[in-house]
Amino acid sequence: MDPTSEQLLWMYEKMVEIREYEETMAKVYLEGKLPPKIQKGLAFDIGAGPVPGEMHLAAGQEPVAVGVCAHLRREDTVVGAHRPHHFAIAKDVDLLGMTSEMFGKANGLGKGKGGHMHLFDPAVKFSCSGIVGAGAPQACGAALAAKKLGKDWVAVSFFGEGAANQGAFHEALNLASLWKLPVIFVCEDNKYGISVEKSASTAIESNADRAAGYGMPGVLVDTNDAVAVFRAAGEAVARARRGEGPTLIEVKTDRYLGHFQGDPETYRPKNEAQQLRQHDPIVILGAQLRARGELDDAKDAALRSTISARVQAAYEHGRNSPYPAPEDALLHVFAD
Amino acid sequence: MSTANKVRKLSMAEAISEGIGQEMARDERVFVMGEDIGKYGGIFSATTGLLDQFGPERIMDTPISETGFMGAAIGAAAEGLRPISELMFVDFFGVCFDQIYNHLAKNTYMSGGACKFPVVITTGIGGGYNDAAQHSQCLYAMFAHVPGLKVVVPSNAYDAKGLMIQAIRDDNPVVFMYHKGIMGLSWMSYFEGSTNEVPAEPYTIPFGQAKVVRDGKDLTIVTLSQMVQKSVLAADKLAAEGIEAEIIDLRTLVPLDKETVLRSVAKTGRLLVADEDYLSFGVSGEIAAIVAEQLNHLQLKAPVRRLAVPDVPIPFSRPLEQFAIPQVDAIAAEARALMQLTLD
Ligand SMILES: Cc1ncc(C[n+]2csc(CCOP(=O)(O)OP(=O)(O)O)c2C)c(N)n1
Ligand SMILES: [Mg+2]
Repeated sequence: MDPTSEQLLWMYEKMVEIREYEETMAKVYLEGKLPPKIQKGLAFDIGAGPVPGEMHLAAGQEPVAVGVCAHLRREDTVVGAHRPHHFAIAKDVDLLGMTSEMFGKANGLGKGKGGHMHLFDPAVKFSCSGIVGAGAPQACGAALAAKKLGKDWVAVSFFGEGAANQGAFHEALNLASLWKLPVIFVCEDNKYGISVEKSASTAIESNADRAAGYGMPGVLVDTNDAVAVFRAAGEAVARARRGEGPTLIEVKTDRYLGHFQGDPETYRPKNEAQQLRQHDPIVILGAQLRARGELDDAKDAALRSTISARVQAAYEHGRNSPYPAPEDALLHVFAD
Repeated sequence: MSTANKVRKLSMAEAISEGIGQEMARDERVFVMGEDIGKYGGIFSATTGLLDQFGPERIMDTPISETGFMGAAIGAAAEGLRPISELMFVDFFGVCFDQIYNHLAKNTYMSGGACKFPVVITTGIGGGYNDAAQHSQCLYAMFAHVPGLKVVVPSNAYDAKGLMIQAIRDDNPVVFMYHKGIMGLSWMSYFEGSTNEVPAEPYTIPFGQAKVVRDGKDLTIVTLSQMVQKSVLAADKLAAEGIEAEIIDLRTLVPLDKETVLRSVAKTGRLLVADEDYLSFGVSGEIAAIVAEQLNHLQLKAPVRRLAVPDVPIPFSRPLEQFAIPQVDAIAAEARALMQLTLD
C-alpha cells in the first residue's frame, strides 16, 4: 500500500513537528543545569532547571512514529516506552498538556505527577512507561478489549531493540498470536540500549526473525524511511483490523542524540551521530514530495513556520503555567 | 604515603567500585553482571574502572533481561561462584522479583542449609532529582520484609566500602542499596557529607552494627541512607535552637541493630524515625514497634513520631516531590514538634 499525497504530507509535517519539538527540548532541558549555577564540582545537574529529571529524545526516529500512526485512528491504542515524544505527537496527544507535564505544571496531562516518561492521554488512547519492556503485554490487553467489545480497533506497542530481550516481550508475542489479537509490535532498532550495542545484547541479527517463533509475520524495514515504514505498517494494521492477528515489525532507525540528554556518549564513535544525520529521513521525504510536485521552498517555509509557532507556543504554555500546590502530591493515589 | 592515605577522600561511587575491585583481585570467583556496567562503568558509577582492570569476562554487560541475569546469579552462586548482580534502579525489581523473592531469598532455607547463595545485588535507590514514580523509590522495606535477604543501606563512602567487602565475603544473598543522591556523581547534586575519608586498604564493617553519627540528649533520630545526611543538617539547625538530637545510622536493615536504637531511646526518651521509603508497613513502623515492645524497660517522654513518604508514589514535579520526600526542614520541624509533645 503506497501513501497518498495527503498521507505523505501528513507524515512530513509530523516529522518536522517532532524534530522541532525534540530540538527545542534539548535546549530548554539544559537551562539551569550547567555551571556555575549548580553545586560546585558538578558538570551538570539533572535535577535542576525548568524541565528536571531524565530526558530521552527521539530525533532521528521520526519515521517509525509517523509511518505507523498514519494508519491509526483516534480509537486505536498506542503504548510507548521511555522515549515517547515522537509517538505521542504522531498519535495527536495534546501538545500543550504534554509539554506542561514535562515542566511539572498543574495543567499537564498528569497534573505534574507523571513527567516525560509517563504520559497518559486517554482521549487519544496513548500511554507510555519508563520500565523497559512493560508496554507489549498492555498493548495485548487493549487489543483483547477491542476484540471483546466487537470493535475493529488495533493496538500498537512501540519499544526499542533493547526491550526485545525482556521476558515480557516474548510472553506478549505468544499471547497475541495465541489469541489472534489485533496488535502490532513495532521494534525501533536504534542499535543501542543506553551504552550497550545491539550486537552485545541480542543473539540474532534481526528481531523480526523472532516472530516466526510465535507464529506471526515478522517484517524487517531496513531503512530509516517513513514510506517504507508506512508500507509495512499498512499491511500489519489492515491484517489486524481484519481479525487475522498480530505482526512484528522491526525498523532500523537512528538515534541522533544521546540515550538521555547529558549522556557523554563515550560508547560510540564521536562522529557517528553526524554521519547518521547525512541520511535525515525528513530531508529524504521532503525530496520525494518535491519530486512529486507536492512541495516547494515557499510551501516548505510556510508549513515549517506554522509548525514552529505551534511547538514554541506549547513550550511557552508549559513554561508559564503554574505549578501544582505541594499538598496536591497527596491526590490521585486512588480514583475518585 | 601514609599521610596521603589519611586524607584521601572518596565519593561513595568510588568507594564501592574500589571495594568491588579489591575483592575481585583477591577472589577470582567474584564477577559482576548488569546493564551498562562495563564501558559505561554503571549508570551510577558503581563499577567505574573495573572493565579496564578485569576485562569483559568478569565485568559482564547484560541484555535488558533482569529475570535472566538475576536467575543466572543464583545458578552461578550455587556452583560456587560469587556473582555481583546490578539492578540498575531498585524500581526495576518488579521485572525479576520472582528470582529474588521466591528463590534467592528462600533456597538456602528450603534446602535445609545445604545450598549457599553468595550473591550481592547492587541497586540504586531514592529520589530528589525529579525522576518520578518508576525511578525514585527506596523500597528497602520490601527486601527486608522477606526472610533470607540481608539488606545494606549505607550513607557514606567509608561505610559503603567496608560494607561492600563484607557483603561480597558473606555466604548469603545481600542487597546493597546505594542512594543516587549520595554517590557523589558529577551530574546530580548530592549531600557532600557522604564523600569522606576512605582507607586505601581493604576493610570490612560487620553487618548489624548501627552507628551513632551524632550524640544528643533530647531526642533520637533513627535513620538510614541519604536521610542520615539530611538529618545531620537538620540537627545542626536544631542545635542552634538548643535541641540536641542524637542520630542513629542503621547502616543495615537485615540484620538490624536493635540494641543501639533502644539504648539511645532509653537515654533521650524521644524517637523520630526519618525514612525515605513509604510510610506504611515499613522501616518507620518496624522501629516504632521495636521500641513499643520494650516499654517495660524504657521510659518514653513523648509518643513516637514517623516521617516518611506519605503513601503516595513519588511525583515528578519539583514542588510535589519536595513535599512527598522528607527534606531537611521537614526533619527539623518534626523534631521540634516532638519536643513539644508529652505523654499526658
Ligand atoms: C526494566 C528496566 N530495565 C532497565 C531500564 C533502564 N533503561 C532505560 S532505557 C534503557 C535502554 C533501552 O533500550 P531500547 O529498548 O533499545 O530503547 P532506546 O533507549 O534505544 O530507545 C535501559 C536499560 C529500565 N528503564 N527498565
Ligand atoms: Mg535501542
